[in-house]
Amino acid sequence: MGLNIFFISGQKLRRSLAALAVSGLAACGGTPSGDGINDPFEAANRKVHGFNKGVDRALVGPASKGYGIVPPPLKRAVGNVADTLDIPGDIANNLLQLRLVAAAENTLRLGVNLTFGLAGTLDVSSELGLEGRPTDFGETLHVWGVGEGPYLELPLAGPSTVRDTVGTVVDVALNPVRLALPEKEAMAATALKLFSRLGDRDRFSDTVDSLLYESADSYAQARLLYLQNRRFELGKRVGAAEGASDDGFIDPYADAPSDDDFIDPYEDPYAQ
Amino acid sequence: MPNDLTLSRRAFAAGVAAAAVLATLPRPALALTAEGAKGLVDKTVADINSIINSGKSEGAMLRDFEKLFTRYADVPTIARSVLGTAARSASKGQLSAYTRAFQGYISRKYGRRFREFQGGKIDVADARAVKSYYEVISIARLQGESPFEVRWHVSDKSGKSLFFNIIIEGVNMLASERTEMGALLDQRGGDLDRLIADLDSL
Repeated sequence: MGLNIFFISGQKLRRSLAALAVSGLAACGGTPSGDGINDPFEAANRKVHGFNKGVDRALVGPASKGYGIVPPPLKRAVGNVADTLDIPGDIANNLLQLRLVAAAENTLRLGVNLTFGLAGTLDVSSELGLEGRPTDFGETLHVWGVGEGPYLELPLAGPSTVRDTVGTVVDVALNPVRLALPEKEAMAATALKLFSRLGDRDRFSDTVDSLLYESADSYAQARLLYLQNRRFELGKRVGAAEGASDDGFIDPYADAPSDDDFIDPYEDPYAQ
Repeated sequence: MPNDLTLSRRAFAAGVAAAAVLATLPRPALALTAEGAKGLVDKTVADINSIINSGKSEGAMLRDFEKLFTRYADVPTIARSVLGTAARSASKGQLSAYTRAFQGYISRKYGRRFREFQGGKIDVADARAVKSYYEVISIARLQGESPFEVRWHVSDKSGKSLFFNIIIEGVNMLASERTEMGALLDQRGGDLDRLIADLDSL
């Protein structure tokens, strides 16, 4: 049973996170205090992170290195087919989100890749500038007004939140491709997705390795990365004037300790 | 009539002079503009590209990155912000030793990752004023990847126009490094001197 393998990712970071998801993460250490982090299950999450990290070290990391030997065009084809298999689920979610333009774009993408893209092995759409709008049921819940809930790290599936976990379960259970395909083909599709994820783990091994094995607290880093990137992904599609948000702003000048020796030579005594 | 003309011309000249003086009064002389912020990021990106494609050894490239970082980023402010509350109790000597160590640490850490940008490019798209700082939006296009967004936060509060944060697809460098530095300090029982010594080998 593919746990989180239907989890869709488009951008590099989401890919890296998805790669982390097959492998998972963890550590033990102090309590990082951060803004906007809701993690009441931290102790349990950290245990899962330790388990996931062990799985990555022993199995997923080495397996992805092995898969890395596969010729790049074949790996790309596997990745493209896996992505194409995700599109029907994306379209279903686009419709549930009432995002008709995105649904139309994904439908066009599916059609182009299945025909000109030789049954999805080539990503012709992206070359045409049709990058696709990957989505998931977690985003659908977000559009419906469901808050993200506490942070969760899932065994094998990696960083998530309560809302996104529900989303993942729904996406896997109701995946149109899996429901439409006979059992054997559905298994093949699942296997393909697993290989695609191994490919991601290998492609982004620098990012994943530095996060998992080089950071002082890989659990806290993975949590921060997941939450920030997920909020960014969900926020940017709301359609508000792009980027005008102040979300990522940290004012490093505000917490500067007052410096008694400092005299501002530009201060204008006459200015009101 | 001619008198009127001279008068108004004189008034006009005085008005221009007054306007010029007024324009300089309320702000510091080198007030940052959106164009200026964009220009800073343009220069930074151009320098990153030339370092990546210089064909130098990794060690030489990392030294170049450190120079670039000190030229275009507000290193002391970033360093202090990343250290968080521990910066308040640090002595001046500790703070300057820490800032120096941090500068090498951050240059090595991010410099190594810039290798991934080889063969790719970053296009600076837009700049806007947000509260007390400027946000410059750029798009990174790496080989075989979907384009992704890199935002730069630029300020002139240090007296020079410098960037103080980078946000890649929503992931915030200051926030991430605060988490990391906090964990490193915890591992050393809050001993800042040990952290400073260890940063050189991280």
